[in-house]
Amino acid sequence: MGNLAIVVEGLGKQYRLGQAQASYGTLRDTIVGMVGEPVRRVRDLLGTNRQELAMQGEWMWALKDVSFTISRGEVVGIIGRNGAGKSTLLKILSQITDPSEGGVDIHGRVGSLLEVGTGFHQELTGRENVFMNGAILGMKRKEIERKFDEIVAFAEVEKFIDTPVKHYSSGMYLRLAFAVAAHLEPEILIVDEVLAVGDVGFQKKCLGKMAGVAKEGRTVLFVSHNMPAITRLCERAILLDDGRLLQDGVSHQVVKAYLNAGVVSIASREWQNPEKAPCGEVARLWAVRVRTENGQCADAIDIRKPIGLEMEFEVLKPGYALMPSFHLYNEENAHVFSTVEQDPAWRRRHRPPGHYRSTAWIPGNFLAEGSLFIDAGLTTLEPLILQFFERQAVAFQVIDSPDGDSARGDWGGRFGGTVRPLLKWSTAFNGGPKTEALA
Amino acid sequence: MELTAELNESETPVLRIRPHRGWQRLNLKELWQYRELVYFLSWRDIKVRYKQTALGAAWAIIQPFMTMVVFSFFFGKLAKMPSDGIPYPLFTYAALVPWTFFANGLTQSSNSLVQNSNMLKKIYFPRLIIPISTIVSGAVDFVIAFIVLLLMMGYYGIAPTANIVWVPFLLILEVGTALGIGLWLSAMNVQFRDVRYVIPFLTQFWLFATPIAYPSSLLSEPWRTWYGLNPMVGVVEGFRWALLGTQTAPGSMVLASVLATLIVLVTGVFYFRRMEKTFADRV
Repeated sequence: MGNLAIVVEGLGKQYRLGQAQASYGTLRDTIVGMVGEPVRRVRDLLGTNRQELAMQGEWMWALKDVSFTISRGEVVGIIGRNGAGKSTLLKILSQITDPSEGGVDIHGRVGSLLEVGTGFHQELTGRENVFMNGAILGMKRKEIERKFDEIVAFAEVEKFIDTPVKHYSSGMYLRLAFAVAAHLEPEILIVDEVLAVGDVGFQKKCLGKMAGVAKEGRTVLFVSHNMPAITRLCERAILLDDGRLLQDGVSHQVVKAYLNAGVVSIASREWQNPEKAPCGEVARLWAVRVRTENGQCADAIDIRKPIGLEMEFEVLKPGYALMPSFHLYNEENAHVFSTVEQDPAWRRRHRPPGHYRSTAWIPGNFLAEGSLFIDAGLTTLEPLILQFFERQAVAFQVIDSPDGDSARGDWGGRFGGTVRPLLKWSTAFNGGPKTEALA
Repeated sequence: MELTAELNESETPVLRIRPHRGWQRLNLKELWQYRELVYFLSWRDIKVRYKQTALGAAWAIIQPFMTMVVFSFFFGKLAKMPSDGIPYPLFTYAALVPWTFFANGLTQSSNSLVQNSNMLKKIYFPRLIIPISTIVSGAVDFVIAFIVLLLMMGYYGIAPTANIVWVPFLLILEVGTALGIGLWLSAMNVQFRDVRYVIPFLTQFWLFATPIAYPSSLLSEPWRTWYGLNPMVGVVEGFRWALLGTQTAPGSMVLASVLATLIVLVTGVFYFRRMEKTFADRV
């Protein structure tokens, strides 16, 4: 028993459809209902109506039959597309919401970071917020006092510690918020996507801190969409899909399974309502997608595979030549490249009104691993008029290969660069000790 | 939620998370472990409350004081309301001081869960802490208003009686009532935002149902005892009796108030505990 940290058994969580979004009814509904069915409504108000509630309305399982065990000192990544049940799982583990069935046993003190800066108040100074936030996270005042200097140094806000945080830049605010959380000393740390915010330097610092926590032999549960971070930080990953546990195993294999599932999320955007679509006088944007070579939409793509950027648009007026274009930015907001449609069939030609679909293919082994954000634009050639320009229309991630056949070879550590072309190398063996210049 | 957290480090605490149905235990032990959070949250409320206001903490006095002025004019001067032999302004202000603490505590605690929804959704701590700390944070305003009351007594030349030692007890009664109602309303407010609109109406109605502008001596026994079922009747008349020495010794009336408070508080706590598992999903 001494080795267990978390035991999850048959865990399930049920929500009434729409409850998560439209979270409250009005008393009027209840009163109107009371006329017809007084007993049920009163019970509803008292919360004693569980069985009958289950009968009415549509229910969905946000989580169903999830079981796994985590040993002490393990670092486990939880992945899955949006709505797969990751957040629900973390909320149950953090005791924020109750499971509907099954249960969890947690051995050890839990610190959960579902969001940094919970309870921060704009009017309070940095110092005051550190104490406030620490108390909310369950730290004792003495503990916070002891770590105070360390926290402030980590956040790099020494000069502004007695300034109200409303005057902080968003970066300072986040650093301070994370710093408090990072100095929690739980035996089990639950982290949700906190790294999705902040600048890159800060993200690195956070990842470093988490790696440190893991090295100290504490248990970490880490939910993220950032696949490189998952494979780097965690030996093990759990893949959730539609509320069920799909796969549980070595992280790079689970990540691979996730990528191959062709999961759609941020990699595809469609404008169903023409009124709201980006639109000019001549053309309207219908959809932007990121596709794999098999034609699937995917928000994470193997570094070795080609990536298709697709734009669907409608030409509304005849008599114009058009230039659709894509613009790629990486997570450091560096402009990686732009590209304009180069199909000779349409170059400088007037297009008849109707639907078009253009795809630009980025070769495999070209982009560096990490997140890429794509702006999609379209301009008429004569005169030069921008029809639409959708910033960050879609995004995807490039995942480097663990197999050693990409540019990083067998190097497993940090590997920078804006692009990561797989170059042709040739190495000659000249034999013997090097005595002469290679002239 | 069973939190079997032991303070000794030798044994790892095991936390068991299971679906919960029905009524919950109070788990006062856990509440005690989080007592510092009550302190920090009330301290935050106090610090923030009067930031960027021109008059600052003066608002703690203005509210009961202006009400006193208005009441003194309309009820004291025009309507010639009896005031148990006490100058009318003092008579009504002595009641408005605990009343304001009560009404603000009730209002703020009822809205507290909805206002702190972000915390409810992101972090675990005993939920009871939120309404409790909002009421505690009103204590500072009360102290300021109370000092003004003592000054007014000096002005009118009325010394507090020895019964002043009962004031803390009356305060507990008052806080218990505000908390009891606050627990009911805050938990309901999570599900039905209508509560928000009910509260101003409720406090206004309650103000006139409490002997603030008039003395309870207008009623004769046994009605006065029954009147005590409104817990604020016991508190307000208790304040006058303890500080100003009015003859309407509260006795049986306060007993009725204590009884009513206990009922409201105990049912409120259990209702709150029962509903708190749904807060994060509904707020």
